[in-house]
Amino acid sequence: MHTGFLTIYWRDMLRFIRFRTLLFASLVQPALWLAFFGIAMSNNFERLTATMPAAPGVRTVGYLTFIGAGVIAMTTLFTSLFAGTVLLFDKNWGLMRETLSSPLPRIHIIIGIGLSAMTKSFIQAGVIMGFGLLLGVQFFEGYTPAQTFFSLLGIMLFIGTFSLGFLFLSAAIAITMESPEGMQAVITLLTMPFFFTSNALYPVNSFPPVLRALSTVNPLTHLVSGIRYFAIGSDFSSIGLRYTYTREEVLVSFLALLAFAGIMFLIARWRFTKVTVT
Amino acid sequence: MNDLEYFFGEVKAVDNISFTVKKGEIFSFLGPNGAGKSTVINILTTLLPVQKGSVKIAGYDLKKEPEMVRESIGIVFQELTLDRDMTVREILEYHGRLYSMPKTARQERIDELLGLVELEGKRDVLTRHLSGGMKRRLEIARGLMTRPKVLFMDEPTIGLDPQTRIRIWDYVRDINRQGTTIFLTTHYMDEADQLSDRISIIDHGKIVVTGRSWELKNTLGEDLIYLETSDNWTASDLLKKLDSVKGVREKSKGLIIMVNVDGTYLLPEIMDKLRSGGIRISAVNLKKPSMDDVFVHYTGRELRDTGMEKGSTVSLRAGGR
Repeated sequence: MHTGFLTIYWRDMLRFIRFRTLLFASLVQPALWLAFFGIAMSNNFERLTATMPAAPGVRTVGYLTFIGAGVIAMTTLFTSLFAGTVLLFDKNWGLMRETLSSPLPRIHIIIGIGLSAMTKSFIQAGVIMGFGLLLGVQFFEGYTPAQTFFSLLGIMLFIGTFSLGFLFLSAAIAITMESPEGMQAVITLLTMPFFFTSNALYPVNSFPPVLRALSTVNPLTHLVSGIRYFAIGSDFSSIGLRYTYTREEVLVSFLALLAFAGIMFLIARWRFTKVTVT
Repeated sequence: MNDLEYFFGEVKAVDNISFTVKKGEIFSFLGPNGAGKSTVINILTTLLPVQKGSVKIAGYDLKKEPEMVRESIGIVFQELTLDRDMTVREILEYHGRLYSMPKTARQERIDELLGLVELEGKRDVLTRHLSGGMKRRLEIARGLMTRPKVLFMDEPTIGLDPQTRIRIWDYVRDINRQGTTIFLTTHYMDEADQLSDRISIIDHGKIVVTGRSWELKNTLGEDLIYLETSDNWTASDLLKKLDSVKGVREKSKGLIIMVNVDGTYLLPEIMDKLRSGGIRISAVNLKKPSMDDVFVHYTGRELRDTGMEKGSTVSLRAGGR
């Protein structure tokens, strides 16, 4: 097997670790989200839902636990969508000419960058979980070590697939666009609908039908569902609502993410065969 | 390479170019900016597709076996293409890995090349901290990393100071002596003249003439005489009748006379002839043809970016061709 993608991966990780400020910011920022937004909203929701009767026999978790999964998902979304920007800079600064005129098949560029975006997402998710547990997020509560291990594995599988999908999308945009400002604008525009039509911060049950339909096809919703299933459980209640996830539902969510990543991969590959960099 | 043409949309950037570079030689494309040099290099290095024509590099067909071509060439691009945030060693390491060089071979080659371009002391320095000349040397080292059969260099000394340029030329000669065929583009006359075995002058996407530096200069005659007279027009007519005069070209203020014989002895004759024709001479200069003269002769004008006003460019071209 040609392992050229590892070269691309190596370079991208090298740069990630080299920029201490960037590394630090990318790790601290999601933790701050959890700390400020999470705690602030948490207190509000607890007050509003205090009067509602808890569903009998179901574990109730706080809002902070509820959005813990959302913040992980959101961070993965942002990181992956912005990770393709490196390709735009490489292209504009002429750095990509070296890679494109080498015998390395172009597909390896996409795969290499994809793997590094995935690695970054894993690191970030790890930091958020660790920080979340300190703040009182009730992940993996009552799990045996083996259960925790397999849950972590499941979460990684979901995050990995999801981040690849959005990285491919980001790479396709980056290789097509000319200016970083334009790319920034497109990505900001994209994150809005993905973020707000998902179940990351609030339940989608009370959405109007159109928004609900959108949330069902939104990869972010599937990622959040997957993380909640593995980290909190298949049946719990939070902010006055009961959530159940069956194995089949979670499998469908995973397949949806796989399909999304597959389609995005094809788009990215198509854009890469079109590009000429001189 | 045969009948190569390339279009950017409607614009024909390369027009029916054919040439052969011999194994082991330094071959230059000399031409102004925008002549199509970089387009040719981009095609030859597989960054642009072959639209029309056929190219063979190191025995491989560019259209059919681009992968094999990529394996056998090295490139030094016109603009700097170094990642500012990687160290000298990492730049070379990355390049070696791109070409699937085994680890020990990479390490040996890096040591060897850093020695060649005298950057041993900068091994772990980020490229952002290197001077322009060092960056260029690093790029040359990178181009050589995989021991290419052919090294392409697009304007290798652009924007460098004279000492650095001479040093780079030394490296290029060294590399060539070790057996690498070198194809370079330049718009510096001296670079083409001093460095290359053969030169193609390229203009408007076409090859105007190809030859060794001395061959090209000889086509202009033995000597060039520059005259300013009271009546350049009549003078030109008078001189064209002389057997030893190969040609006369009009400049904005004077005439350039190409002569077949030693100008030192012809000059008095010319002066006598003009004086007897009632023409007064106000300035005289005698020199050997230089690469600049060859260039002006074949393209009908000086290099565009050396700044010549548009009107004279057009009229000179009409006379020169």
